[in-house]
Amino acid sequence: MATFRIKRFNPEKQPEPYFEEFQLDIPHGATLLDCMNEIKWTLDGSLSYRMSCRSAICGSCAVKANGHALLACQRQGEHLLQNDDTITLEPLGNMKPIKDLVVDFTPFWDKVNKIKPYLEPKEDPPEKERHQSQEEFRLIDDSSTCIMCGACYSDCNTLEVDDNFLGPAALAKAQRFVGDSRDSKTLQRVRDLSEPGGIWDCTHCAECVERCPKPARPFDRIKEIMTVALEQGVHNNNGARHALSFTNSVKRSGTLDENRIAPESVGIFNISGLIGLIPIGLRMLLKGKIPPIFHKSIEEVDDVKRIFKELDQ
Amino acid sequence: MKFALFTGCVAKGATRELMLSTTKAAEGLGFEFVEMKSASCCGAGVVSEKSPLLADALNARSFSIAEKQGLDIVTICSTCQGTLKKTEAHLNESKEYKEKVNDILEDGGHQYNGKTKIKHFANILATEEGMARLKSRIKKPLTGLKVAAFYGCYVLRPSERSDFDNPDNPTGMEEIFEALGATPVYYPSRVKCCGFPIVMMNKNASLGMSGNALQDAIEHGADVVATGCPLCHLSLDSYQPEIELLQKKNQSIPILHLPQLVALALGYTPTQLGMDTHIVSTLKINQILSGSHSAAH
Repeated sequence: MATFRIKRFNPEKQPEPYFEEFQLDIPHGATLLDCMNEIKWTLDGSLSYRMSCRSAICGSCAVKANGHALLACQRQGEHLLQNDDTITLEPLGNMKPIKDLVVDFTPFWDKVNKIKPYLEPKEDPPEKERHQSQEEFRLIDDSSTCIMCGACYSDCNTLEVDDNFLGPAALAKAQRFVGDSRDSKTLQRVRDLSEPGGIWDCTHCAECVERCPKPARPFDRIKEIMTVALEQGVHNNNGARHALSFTNSVKRSGTLDENRIAPESVGIFNISGLIGLIPIGLRMLLKGKIPPIFHKSIEEVDDVKRIFKELDQ
Repeated sequence: MKFALFTGCVAKGATRELMLSTTKAAEGLGFEFVEMKSASCCGAGVVSEKSPLLADALNARSFSIAEKQGLDIVTICSTCQGTLKKTEAHLNESKEYKEKVNDILEDGGHQYNGKTKIKHFANILATEEGMARLKSRIKKPLTGLKVAAFYGCYVLRPSERSDFDNPDNPTGMEEIFEALGATPVYYPSRVKCCGFPIVMMNKNASLGMSGNALQDAIEHGADVVATGCPLCHLSLDSYQPEIELLQKKNQSIPILHLPQLVALALGYTPTQLGMDTHIVSTLKINQILSGSHSAAH
């Protein structure tokens, strides 16, 4: 017998959420969603959650199971049992619960809309369809598999502390248009996406890759947008300056010059940004933690320089 | 056991105490770590923002250096580990891509054949052999010390490249703490991001992440946080005074590099391990350990 610890919430009856336990024999092969349905249909009809297709296509049934977001219809209940034969279910994170496992997706959709999730083509519509080569399509194939389930958004580490961040789903969707050979607004898109709250606020934690039930893997798509932004010359922001300073440092010495990367990232003419570095700099200096002033190259650095040259970097 | 040591840049720069304590831990454990002095920076997932192929070529060159020595690579930085494993995955996913990268390496006399394994220091300890060696060499068990692991996300995610059995709920570092005689503290933030990658872009968010993790560790009873990533160390230790200001909370929790914690139990002194160079005082650790040692006598 398995115990389902489900976070319940009904603001009309009780202001604070609480956990309620349900006992259920998990039928062999039953998905987590099957189990939730069984609980709703036989134990408590008031349990609320979203569901529709039961086939990992519609993206409705994402919930947190044992602390991490997943599609309830895509995982077997038995596989989620913890050592004490329990499964803990909670609503998705980084969004406000409405009732039980149902959350308010409004900010999620607002952010998707913000990245202009539609093609802005180069010319007037042709009589027939616009052609893409297989190679061109492959560049946007992964991001177009996103089913907008919100699992990535739920577990995003940046969103936990900054709700201004566009988040992994909207940025993966943005890549679908940044990388589209038929779109005419690439430069404008990567400019907009380089603003605060955009690509450079992604903290590289790869939670979104881990939670994504499809090949969309948002973090990988975010990195692709970063590369396009740098190629397009959108360099006037800390994220781009950081990437360029880092790469140049490796090009010069084979290794990272930590004394240069901080001032070069904030911008060497950005007085307030540089002043902001003083407290950490002073603390490190007083403890003898400042990296060596004379930055040393690795042995055989010429071979590293050769690789940069060969790749036109 | 002999390994090629991929030091990473930060262990040679802002956290030189990591390099110092790694040398001591290896000495105490009887590991031979041969420093890869001609290996380049792993790129930390940043060089690949500029050019994924460039980042992979540089890392494949490093793999080739270890291959020539016939050694597996040991990393002491979660970010290096994750970044190198990403290149390894790219090279092994496609024969065509591997050939392309090898063409780039050829003029430098290098070639990647996929013979070298890449392991984080924690992962060479968290094996049956590593644990047996560790347990047999402990001189000063860390009895009474409650240690919270902070893994560093790059060693856990994406999980298909992680050496930990269950990256959502790993136990490798906690098993090491137990072998050292310490008490592991489990808390949800141990597998989260420290925020360091965006400290230059969105400082408040970055410090918010590290601050929440520290608070979580403290609320779960930790005396000290130990991490396998020097970037996490910078976030959690060097930025801790600013985190305290931002969150208006006094935290003052010492942060150790994993090799420091290991070497303490192997009998090295805090000064030998550079613990006096930390921003947050580590004296509390000495007090807890000397308390338990004197109680034991």
